[in-house]
Amino acid sequence: MKPYHKIAIILLLACLCVLSTMVCVSVGTVSYTIPEVVQGLINADSPSRLIIWNVRLPRILCGGMVGVCLSLAGCILQGVMRNHLASPSTIGVTSGASFMGYLTLAAFPQYSQALPIAAIIGSFAATMIIYLLAYEKGVSPVKMILSGMAVSAVFGAFNDIIRTFFSDHLANTAGFMVGTLNGCVWDSFFMILPYMAAGMIICLFLPSKMNILMLGDEMANSLGLRTERFRLFLIAASSLLAGSSVAVAGLVSFVGLIVPHIARLIVGSDYKYLFSASIFLGYLLVIVCDTIGRVILPVGNLSVSIVLSFIGAPFFLYLLRKKEG
Amino acid sequence: MYFGFQNISIAYGKQPILENINMEFEKGSLTTIIGPNGCGKSSLLKTVSRVVSPSAGEVVFQDKPLRAYAPKELAKRIAYLPQVHMSPKDITIRTLVSYGRYPYKKFASGMTGQDYEMVEQSLALTGLENMGDRLLNNLSGGEKQRAWIAMTICQQPEILLLDEPITYLDIGYQVEVLELIQKLKKQLKITIIMVLHDMNFTARYSDWVYILKDRHIYGSGRPEETIEYEKMEQVFGIGSQVLRDEKNNCPFIIPEKLQVETGLK
Repeated sequence: MKPYHKIAIILLLACLCVLSTMVCVSVGTVSYTIPEVVQGLINADSPSRLIIWNVRLPRILCGGMVGVCLSLAGCILQGVMRNHLASPSTIGVTSGASFMGYLTLAAFPQYSQALPIAAIIGSFAATMIIYLLAYEKGVSPVKMILSGMAVSAVFGAFNDIIRTFFSDHLANTAGFMVGTLNGCVWDSFFMILPYMAAGMIICLFLPSKMNILMLGDEMANSLGLRTERFRLFLIAASSLLAGSSVAVAGLVSFVGLIVPHIARLIVGSDYKYLFSASIFLGYLLVIVCDTIGRVILPVGNLSVSIVLSFIGAPFFLYLLRKKEG
Repeated sequence: MYFGFQNISIAYGKQPILENINMEFEKGSLTTIIGPNGCGKSSLLKTVSRVVSPSAGEVVFQDKPLRAYAPKELAKRIAYLPQVHMSPKDITIRTLVSYGRYPYKKFASGMTGQDYEMVEQSLALTGLENMGDRLLNNLSGGEKQRAWIAMTICQQPEILLLDEPITYLDIGYQVEVLELIQKLKKQLKITIIMVLHDMNFTARYSDWVYILKDRHIYGSGRPEETIEYEKMEQVFGIGSQVLRDEKNNCPFIIPEKLQVETGLK
């Protein structure tokens, strides 16, 4: 595939993001036409303003950003670990965030609004613990993955203990554990925005370094890249990216794993294109799945994680098989 | 000292691999390091790429220790090709070679015209000028190795280290790659240091040979002085007939089983 093909695909994905944002805002329990949506967005007095501006738009933008953060984190981690199965949960984001979430709810039930912050702290702390345990004159990806599994298992055990003894405090954690965009308002949007912005800026400057890192530590080192420092930076950055999305939407599974794969199938493994493709694909996948979850049931809605697993996984398998065949 | 190892010791944990190694490399020469498996040849080269840090001693480049140089500065002067290569599977030769320009890249800027020119030059030097758009994974072993060498050449180094550059190749590609290395030495005046397992190739292409054994330098010298009966017996535990290759003007050995029972390993 020629470079301008790849750029065209990425531009197409960007247009799709805008388009699908409009469509996702328009559908729901009450559906609007596109002109009504535009009115609702630009005119503060229009009848559709309340639902479009105050309810749907923040939810969809939050969802999109959760998608961006998770897929960037996954994209970076699959490179750092040189392992296509790496995802934010590999570096303890899932286990750390859920442990801190549980702990907050069990120990300080009156402070349940601190859950997002606790989740970010938990995921970052878990990542650092895993990194330190894997460190021995530098960190090898395999050691990092193994110590990640071990640390996650320990956190999992703690979670089970908390669940056993404090089950009455944890009644309202379902949304957090499954991952949903139900609670997203403008505040959540502004909370995740700086992380996503930082993540996107990082990705503007990283591609050439990431590409070098893919040649292995020895080669990258002799090309003048300080691999150990770079790896720590990447791991910390992706932990914060994924942690911020957990804070907003709970444990949304799967995005960080499959979006980088889908992006790689489409534009190849050059990080120059891979990052931007992952950003747009992550955005698209989450908002589309969330919208499907909103409209598929007549009452209430399916959480985005469930839809992601049901639709994302088969779609991913289809792409894999098609590529190989 | 132009380039060399000064009192280098390497240990993995408590296990010493090399002790007190001193080597000096002459500018523009081709030096080969030989020795039995596990004698620390590769580890020694890895100290230059700083993947392995010596427990004592320094790698010295132009009278200064390596750590006195910024990594990117060093990468413009010294290139290193490890034995095992890693790369994404959809990378073209030209892309791979262009990664050799990484040390020249300024923060957040792309490839310059000069960079592109160097990439094409490196491709031409390694005989890959018409293959730049082919995928690395679809190449033969010899072509692959040439592409990797092209990448190191693209760094415009004055010193090139090669860790077993012909190990996985058939004999045709072995000759091809070694001839290429010799050509680079002559045309670009690069100082070349490599690790080899083949004594006859070592004898034919090297200006200087170091033999490592039991954590120390067992011997060094021109091929005539090092590829000879006694050293082969002591280092590798083999007997040999040493002949003279008149055409290439170097020794030639035919290895055989050592007759003395106690010499067997």
